[in-house]
Amino acid sequence: MDEDRDHGRPANTSEDASSLLQELVAYLRDNRTEHREEWARRISEAELLGVMSDEEIFSEATEVYDNYVDALETGSIETLQTYARELSERIIPRGVETHEVLGIVLLLRDLLARSLFAKYQNDLDLLNRILDAYEPAANRIAVTVGVSFVEERERVIQDQQEAMRELSTPVLLLRDRLLILPIIGVLDSARARQLTEQLLTAIRDNRAAVVVIDITGVATVDETVANHLVQTVEASRLMGASTILTGLSSEIAQTLVDLGVDLSMMKTVGDLQGGIEEAERLAGYLGAESPDPAGDAKT
Amino acid sequence: MEDEVRVSIESDADLVSARAEGRAMAERLGFPRPDPTLIATAISEIARNIVVHVGRGEIILRPLDEDRRYGLLVIACDQGSGIRDVDGALRAEYSGRGGLGLGLPGARRLMDEFEIESDADGTTVTMKKWRLRDELAGLREERRRRG
Amino acid sequence: MSVAILRQGEYLIASIQSDLSDSEVIELRNELAELVGRHRARGIVIDVSALEVIDSFVARSLRAIVLTAKLRGASTVIVGIQPDVAIAMVQFRLNLAPLRVALDLDAATTLLDRLTRGDAEDGG
Repeated sequence: MDEDRDHGRPANTSEDASSLLQELVAYLRDNRTEHREEWARRISEAELLGVMSDEEIFSEATEVYDNYVDALETGSIETLQTYARELSERIIPRGVETHEVLGIVLLLRDLLARSLFAKYQNDLDLLNRILDAYEPAANRIAVTVGVSFVEERERVIQDQQEAMRELSTPVLLLRDRLLILPIIGVLDSARARQLTEQLLTAIRDNRAAVVVIDITGVATVDETVANHLVQTVEASRLMGASTILTGLSSEIAQTLVDLGVDLSMMKTVGDLQGGIEEAERLAGYLGAESPDPAGDAKT
Repeated sequence: MEDEVRVSIESDADLVSARAEGRAMAERLGFPRPDPTLIATAISEIARNIVVHVGRGEIILRPLDEDRRYGLLVIACDQGSGIRDVDGALRAEYSGRGGLGLGLPGARRLMDEFEIESDADGTTVTMKKWRLRDELAGLREERRRRG
Repeated sequence: MSVAILRQGEYLIASIQSDLSDSEVIELRNELAELVGRHRARGIVIDVSALEVIDSFVARSLRAIVLTAKLRGASTVIVGIQPDVAIAMVQFRLNLAPLRVALDLDAATTLLDRLTRGDAEDGG
């Protein structure tokens, strides 16, 4: 049990581990320059981070290295996490990809492991204990950086999708009390639900008398969504607005008929332009009133 | 993790509470619109049956938590003499007069799962509403909170 | 008071302030029936914008108000059904005939003006 022949270290295991870690951290700090340079070299060799200049790579490498060693020392990954998020925010717009980030982190981990091996190769038992202290910490760091990057990427993608979705389903106020909802693209259940909420809220907020829902841009509609459309029309009516459906393809019209929807109860017009004209006619006639079929909640 | 909420149903004033509690829990659990309203409406229907036909009973609201989805469970129970014709009660008729006036078909349409057990010792209606967890939205929300 | 009822010329405007219990709904029915008779009102507007739930009982009661009012020569218009409530009512498949709806008070009084002027038979 007596392993401290050379260094007079105490035999207690946890103190042993913590002093090992301290020794490890000290070693990494002392060899900071060599390690960083070696790492930067390997990054270029592996052709990673091509979008960044050598200076940038070295500068970020320094930052990562120092954070890495701090994380090893303190056992806390928070600072590293914050840094990793900020780094991701910087490099994602430049086109850095996930495999590159994972790649460079793993290169550093391997590089340091080899360096430790070189230093402690004459004392395999000590080497094993150093690695026991090093490996879990190093892996945790690799995962932290990788996950931060991936999360940040997904956030960016999601934000972009959200922005696109909002752009592609606007409820437009055409003129006083006349709303248009042009629907483009794939209409699934989730989107249909969102649309209904947006439309009905817009009806209330704009005191809309007539709504034109245009589905020219929608190729097909399944039964659930068709049902949803019908319910949207009925709900709009309950709120006191008339609805005109335009741009029905014959396929969609057929789906509605198969569903048992009485198309004669719904106002449908062939194209959007015709629908707008009909809506203006209704709105003009309406002024602030609603004629019988529109003002009636009969379903 | 939230606990269950129980609302004792003894008068029509309790329906107001049951609706409000149902809505509140649905909102706390993160159900998007219009679900809280749908849930409150379904609760109103089945809770009223207790007041009108039995006199007293209870509504239990319980959050549901699964990997891929979250939900809200509503249990309405009473110890009345039961619904003799459960099938009839569940039958939806387009004239709106179906369901023996118990509003069950309507409540069923508003929820995702609906079960009813009824015998001479009482009736228990169990309803659930579910929402899929949207992982990316969750990540985004967390990101916003960390700001 | 959960419902405020005002008179505006020949019309009664009933403004529901919050979620109503069943007995409050029945009270509203009775009060409107009485007031229509007393003031010979030609129209009623019921503002339900504060109602977060309209279930089968409320729908039935609204229908009853409409029919009772009609018997006494008054038309009824419901205003202010909220988006989520509208969705619930539709999904529920509540029978909504013979309710007339309008978007807001202005639209309702304009509709009542049209209904009470001339074609009085189809009022309600």
